[in-house]
Amino acid sequence: MTLKLDIERRLGAFRLKTAFEAGAGLTALFGRSGAGKTSVVNAIAGILRPDRGRIEINGDAVFDGERGIDVPTPQRRIGYVFQEGRLFPHMNVRQNLRYARLFSRTPEQAGQFERVLELLGLAGLLERRPGNLSGGEKQRVAIGRALLSSPRLLLLDEPLAALDAHRKSEILEYIELMRDEVRIPILYVSHAVEEVVRLADTVVLMSAGEAVACGTAEEIMGRPDLRPTSGTFEGGAVIDAKVVGQDMQYDLATLAFDGGTLMVTNVDALIGEPVRVRIRARDVSIALERPRRISIQNVLGGNIAEVGPDLGGIVDVSITVGSVTLRSRVTQRSAHQLGLAPGLEVYALIKAVSLDRRSTGAG
Amino acid sequence: MGITPEELEVLGLSLKVAFWSVLVSLPVAVAVAYLLARANFPGKTLFDAAVHLPLVLPPVVVGYLLLLLFGKHGPIGSWLDHWFGFTVAFRWTGAALAAAIMGFPLMIRAIRLSFEAIDRKLEAAASTLGAGRIGVFLTVALPLALPGIVTGVLLSFARGLGEFGATITFVSNIPGETRTLPLAIYTYTQTPAGDAQALRLSMIAIVLSLAALFVSEVLVRRATRRIMGHDPEARH
Repeated sequence: MTLKLDIERRLGAFRLKTAFEAGAGLTALFGRSGAGKTSVVNAIAGILRPDRGRIEINGDAVFDGERGIDVPTPQRRIGYVFQEGRLFPHMNVRQNLRYARLFSRTPEQAGQFERVLELLGLAGLLERRPGNLSGGEKQRVAIGRALLSSPRLLLLDEPLAALDAHRKSEILEYIELMRDEVRIPILYVSHAVEEVVRLADTVVLMSAGEAVACGTAEEIMGRPDLRPTSGTFEGGAVIDAKVVGQDMQYDLATLAFDGGTLMVTNVDALIGEPVRVRIRARDVSIALERPRRISIQNVLGGNIAEVGPDLGGIVDVSITVGSVTLRSRVTQRSAHQLGLAPGLEVYALIKAVSLDRRSTGAG
Repeated sequence: MGITPEELEVLGLSLKVAFWSVLVSLPVAVAVAYLLARANFPGKTLFDAAVHLPLVLPPVVVGYLLLLLFGKHGPIGSWLDHWFGFTVAFRWTGAALAAAIMGFPLMIRAIRLSFEAIDRKLEAAASTLGAGRIGVFLTVALPLALPGIVTGVLLSFARGLGEFGATITFVSNIPGETRTLPLAIYTYTQTPAGDAQALRLSMIAIVLSLAALFVSEVLVRRATRRIMGHDPEARH
């Protein structure tokens, strides 16, 4: 299952010129507001017509400027969850969910309706009107409605943007579940790092109408050269690890990754489960020798890969630990005093690890 | 104080004329209103103006134009007569036609406004779920425009009940055929000692209008509640 896209479109002074490919699992289309993310998904859905280019789903062109192909939106079979939900106000939840059945010529898969109800916790809402639903409930119905149209690809355009923090985490859990249970590739538009890191298998970074980078969440979030574009992301490293031990007495889990182990508190996961953690650059200090008698639990040995440019008295230092690159934010002064330079053997002292994701889903 | 058979005939004829005028013009009005609300085409402004013409023209002029077009020897009238043996001139059907034309702009206006008030994004959402143009129209636009359609129907119905100038010019004032309520009242005012009769019919007209207003209010409220899931009054 792949989505291949290479399109151009002029929108006033703004020029959209984007090319990327997305495979199975969840691909995040990530970038600041105004980067052109929504235009891209609108082009995929057939709501916005590109000036030229090609959009392909599973090798099947839904748009091809040269060959004059432009499959109309209703026939593209692409589920679209909009920022504001866009539920039909004159229908109850059941009718909203069933809407796509009115136009489908293929028979419904047995039990599909019930599965979606269960997956998104919608069973109790069926007779309600959208006007009487909370923001989070509306988005769950919108996701269910899109899923029940048997799409080949699911587009989610900042589905959490209109929700408060509490609702956000609730819906995130549902999206995680869906990503893992429903075998439909998802393109997830967001400008929020936490969402992208938590959900994405692949990240496409967009800036000023262009896809400037594409790779795993680990790669994209870790690249300091992309930081001005990834914007809201505070420098740091994203690491995929696995739970290898649980210490009940101290409520500490041991996570193993290619480069060592990390001790993390409050990990709600079983031994063997994959997890994704994020370590911010400012939570990592550097020592030239392994410190003893120190409260910090996580000390990892590695080599300096790069000392970044002066960011106004501070520098970001990349440290290679196994196959992983950690980042540490230190002052220019301490970098000089310690003589930090590429190749130098150092110890990374990690003060905090945040857990971003319980499971890595389809990956 | 009971209603006389003669009054009943006038009342029945008026209701029949107004009913058929609404029934025939409604599908056309919905189509034209949707076109005006959604489509852009060359000459749209002119078309829009033409649709609204009956609202600003003296009704007598409309009646006269209808007579020219639909009269026995008019281009449309003779054609209808020749091919279908169907005449509207000096018939109650002609009165219905006059009422339909005069009520058309009112009906269009109400329906068009409600189409324009619909969030186009809902229609885009419907198309991503597989609905084609007609599907979107039937399942999203039409139901959401229902309050406007009810209002339009009522306005046009009331206009039809009150139609005078175009009717008397086009189909004359024939008892039992084209003498609707306003025409009957007018006739009585022109008759010596007809005052009492004119007053009685006027009372009937008032009661009828009030009833129509009441029914429409109830229908609009019900339609809005159906759509929004709450009572429109609650917002005031």
